[in-house]
Amino acid sequence: MAKYYDVIIVGGGPAGLSAAYSASLNGAKDILILERDAEVGGILQQCIHNGFGLHHFKEELTGPGYAQRCYELIQDDPHVEIMTDTMVLEVRENHTVLAVNPKYGLMELHSKTVILTMGCRERTRGAIRTPGYRPAGVYTAGAAQRMVNIEGYIPGKKIVILGSGDIGLIMARRMTLEGCKVQAVLEISPYSNGLTRNMVQCLDDYGIPLYLSHTITDLKGKGRLDGITAAKVDENMRPIPGTEFNIECDTLLLSVGLIPENELSRDLGLDLHPLTNGPVVDQHRETSIPGIFAAGNVVHVHDLVDFVSEEAEIAGKYAAITAAKTAAGQMDPPAEDIPVEPGNGIRTCVPQHIAKTSNGEDVKLFMRVTNPMRNVRLELRNRNKVIVSKRLLVAKPSEMLAVELPAEKEQALRGILHVAVCEEV
Amino acid sequence: MAIEKKRLNCIVCPMGCEINIELTDGKITKIEGNTCKRGEMYSKEELTAPRRMLTSSVRIKNGMLPLLPVVSSSAIPKDRILDCAEALRGIVAEAPVRAGDVIMPNILGLGVDMVASRDMER
Repeated sequence: MAKYYDVIIVGGGPAGLSAAYSASLNGAKDILILERDAEVGGILQQCIHNGFGLHHFKEELTGPGYAQRCYELIQDDPHVEIMTDTMVLEVRENHTVLAVNPKYGLMELHSKTVILTMGCRERTRGAIRTPGYRPAGVYTAGAAQRMVNIEGYIPGKKIVILGSGDIGLIMARRMTLEGCKVQAVLEISPYSNGLTRNMVQCLDDYGIPLYLSHTITDLKGKGRLDGITAAKVDENMRPIPGTEFNIECDTLLLSVGLIPENELSRDLGLDLHPLTNGPVVDQHRETSIPGIFAAGNVVHVHDLVDFVSEEAEIAGKYAAITAAKTAAGQMDPPAEDIPVEPGNGIRTCVPQHIAKTSNGEDVKLFMRVTNPMRNVRLELRNRNKVIVSKRLLVAKPSEMLAVELPAEKEQALRGILHVAVCEEV
Repeated sequence: MAIEKKRLNCIVCPMGCEINIELTDGKITKIEGNTCKRGEMYSKEELTAPRRMLTSSVRIKNGMLPLLPVVSSSAIPKDRILDCAEALRGIVAEAPVRAGDVIMPNILGLGVDMVASRDMER
């Protein structure tokens, strides 16, 4: 154990591993990853399906395959230390981290910088207030995924899935391959919340019906779930009386969204964004407290791990640079700050602000639209001028958009940077 | 001439391009909407002989975890996916295993191997 780390990384999932790789590549010498599980890789270890890595590794990999690639990049790196079975209890403003594990007990670890890469957690039944009894057989899709793919148990035989998030769709196929019958997927929105490719290869391929604008109004069964009542919903997402029908099932999987896991960030007093539920960051992924960085699903929920790695590499790089400056006693003068404002059709955008520097780097912005649209133009505007414009054939809330702001344009920014979509003419 | 139009969602990558295909007398005469070459190949294959990758898991003896994730070395005819998943059910691997090790060679004689997705230590 080093006495004084350059970078401490909280969480050894894809974001943490990629951040460590990048921090080392950019000169950090003492990097520590703290991981609560028995091995690194995070949620990827249970995502045994393929489709990962096409952007980042230029190769199609499974989740465990992607995790292994990330790990191999730092496995023999003398500058990266990994502590598994280690729970972080507190991160302090002065970059001290309080953690506990069975080997060392309670540890107070000191560092020049910290990168938060805790990932996200699933919304549960409580979060969506499902009515009815409380029988056994109701799981989040991710919990079921862990049972089936890692522990070796099947949660049930006849399945209904509520929510069309990607994990739900992936689990619909997975349960079918394990010999279960997936009766239906119900989605409260009038459109699917998963990637198109998952709609095709997980539902269509197996003839699993998707009910859009539908929800559950009752759970039946006292010991074990034996069915649900579904109903159509109106435009305000309220069940329409008279449209109810029953579906027999012994298991209900919930795939109703993910929430960035920010207990540590909240205790630390970081500014959190009300819509992303993650820390507010600049383009270097530095949070509202200097020297504390954040990347991956803890900042905003991604649909592609490739973008998680990309974002984490940015955080790793700037944590390394900050650590070097701290060691040299250099302090940057505060940079001019440009807020990034989501406008028409844009729900969220990360980073939420740009610290104007003269490092000559392009800035990549990631955003989600408010509703599905076709033939639109994504525009970055500054001082009433369109400075970047990108044509989109299709834009969906479930698929994150990315756009690059070239360095010379970043240099010319004044005031607020607006992000919006407009109709293609 | 009978002209038929078909719409596909490409599943090759997460872009999920919407592809419009025109068939004249059953032959593909136009492919539109794909943003890369792979989309064109996918469209042709999807209309003639659709294939899918298969990922699943098998039991593993002496592993640090009870299951080993596996993936097909290449795509399998779509209509044989469920048969292949069934065929994997009795397989038991033994740790240690390296990513890429063949766990079930030539599954159902389809010329595709099922290989380990990750290393698995004892």
